[in-house]
Amino acid sequence: MGISQIGSILIITLHAMVPICLTAVGEIIGETAGLFNIGLEGILLTSAFTGVLGAKAGGAVVGLLVGMGTGAIISLIFSMINTYWKGNQMITGIGINLFALGFVAFGLIVLGSPGFHPVPPEGRLVAIRTPWGRLSPIIFVALVIPFVAHWFLNRTRAGLILKATGESPEAADVAGIRVNLVRLLATTFGGILAGLAGAYISVSWIGSVTKQISAGRGFISLATVVFSGLNPILALLGAFVFGLFESIATWIRNLPAARMIPWQFIAMIPYIVTLLVVAGVIGRVRFPKSLGKPYIRE
Amino acid sequence: MRENQGTSESRLLRGVHRTLTGLHPALESLLAALVGMAVGAILMRIWGYNPWKAYAALFRGAYGSAFGRASSLARGVPLVFTAMTFAICLRAGMFNIGAEGQVFLGAAAAITVAFFHLPPGLHLIVGLVFAMIAGAAWSIGPALLKVTRGVHEVISTIMFNWIARFLVFFLVVNVLVDPRRAEKTLSIPVSARFPVLVSRTDLSYSIFLAIAFALVIYFVLWHTVVGYEIRAAGLNPTAARYGGINSKRTILLSFILGGIGAGLAGASIVMGQPPTYAMFSGLPMITNTGFDGMAVAMVGRNHPIGILVAAVFFGGLIAGGRTMQIFASTPLEVVRVVTGVIVITMAIPELLRIFPRIKGELVKILALIRKLHQKHASQSEESP
Repeated sequence: MGISQIGSILIITLHAMVPICLTAVGEIIGETAGLFNIGLEGILLTSAFTGVLGAKAGGAVVGLLVGMGTGAIISLIFSMINTYWKGNQMITGIGINLFALGFVAFGLIVLGSPGFHPVPPEGRLVAIRTPWGRLSPIIFVALVIPFVAHWFLNRTRAGLILKATGESPEAADVAGIRVNLVRLLATTFGGILAGLAGAYISVSWIGSVTKQISAGRGFISLATVVFSGLNPILALLGAFVFGLFESIATWIRNLPAARMIPWQFIAMIPYIVTLLVVAGVIGRVRFPKSLGKPYIRE
Repeated sequence: MRENQGTSESRLLRGVHRTLTGLHPALESLLAALVGMAVGAILMRIWGYNPWKAYAALFRGAYGSAFGRASSLARGVPLVFTAMTFAICLRAGMFNIGAEGQVFLGAAAAITVAFFHLPPGLHLIVGLVFAMIAGAAWSIGPALLKVTRGVHEVISTIMFNWIARFLVFFLVVNVLVDPRRAEKTLSIPVSARFPVLVSRTDLSYSIFLAIAFALVIYFVLWHTVVGYEIRAAGLNPTAARYGGINSKRTILLSFILGGIGAGLAGASIVMGQPPTYAMFSGLPMITNTGFDGMAVAMVGRNHPIGILVAAVFFGGLIAGGRTMQIFASTPLEVVRVVTGVIVITMAIPELLRIFPRIKGELVKILALIRKLHQKHASQSEESP
């Protein structure tokens, strides 16, 4: 294996890392405040689709912004239901995922190409040229955001307010923090990052949108959050590991010797790795006490 | 004599009171269905379809003819099973969204009966048993991960769904494939098919299996010790643990029961749906059975009887969606948008409180009845 091969594996790894990293960091912010959003998969899928619409209308940057907006709107609905209306977070998330399946499949039919829609070349985000392949600029965003999030959570007053809201909403309420508002803002921010991740997949990375473009990445991100124990920097590491396995799976598929292995078994690799990683780390991870429960003032 | 009259009247009032309280969840489900359809209509309008025409075609297709009603029921059959999967685990306090993958495995296991010959009837039963074993086996993985490692069931079941999907993709193309037609699997032999119930429709006797399964689960959950333990663990895990209920056992049991249901869903599709009695590569007929079942369970309030009613509604949406696609040229996918919004709406507790007027009216009626009831109760106490 030469340097160029290592280089290209690294580039695929970094590309596959981005959506998981962004989504996981967003979810860490949300879970720190106490909301557990399993609708991330749906947000990724929906914003991958709307991102393409935006990119067709006004270029790649517009596409990314539209994706972020989509994430914001969906998670605003999610957090509205689960803060002020005391809803069930799991069921809301399941509903969002179902909605996204229908919405994107419907939208693709409206665009006239059921199942698949390419992004026009002028709508794709300009990539940085390297000797081993093109590099999306969003990679640098994904590399920086975990550190910013880490600093925000541990070194700022707002970060402490966030932690207090998740750990002990009663105490936070007594201290004059508006628990529901904080949770709403945190989850919406998480949704914006997931929206960026979704739009990145279609507009920058793959260059097309399909009915199943998210391919379980929302749930892999949730697994990454578990792995990280709500530490954004560990989430970056986890996302890199998942990206590595995804690129190894791609690499194996192209090996002449691997022709013997059916592609279906290679496609399973990321999901099996996710299960193994999550099964391996749980037990030492501690989550906020009020995670998943609505705050009801007594 | 007067006393007897008083108690019988107050019993009547109590009955009315209970019925109205009991209707409350049904009203919420109805409201959620309306919200879902309204959002679907808005989306259709935005994308240039005529929602009135679409819904008219949908409901005419679903319930307007004998053929439509039969095929609505046929679409509802697998949803009853997968809704039970979700409902049983939710009763136990878990979110098992793994029915999707278990359906794939169940269907694949049922197809294997095409490899051997058995007398009619026995062949069918063997196929059902295979499907139940496959569904249950695929559900044990997430259950064990939950019990031994504390892995959240949402993450593990989704990963198992994806693995099942690729595994069954592989099986369909390489193991179960029909040697004469590469795009489909072997067909279930006639001796292992559910007989067709209404001729020239795809409604088969599998509907009775679905009803029986719902009733069995109802009996297990509400009339056995195991069911009591499952429900207790779901309502208050801490209290259940102090009460001596083995939470690991309830988790495993509810997952296995759910897996059996999902396996049967897969079997009911391949063994009970004419004309091909087979799976196709890409699994078009089977995909989303598990996810739609969750919506059925939500709208049916996770109760076997409610689920049977909700399955007729969702079966109608899917069957009618096909006629809508043909006659109103509106994509079938709208139905899934509607489904998603219904589930999101159902996540809001006390849904009617957000619509204060409806709620207000209901509360007024309930208060009136309670007042009358109390009055009667005190009268009948005083009367002797």
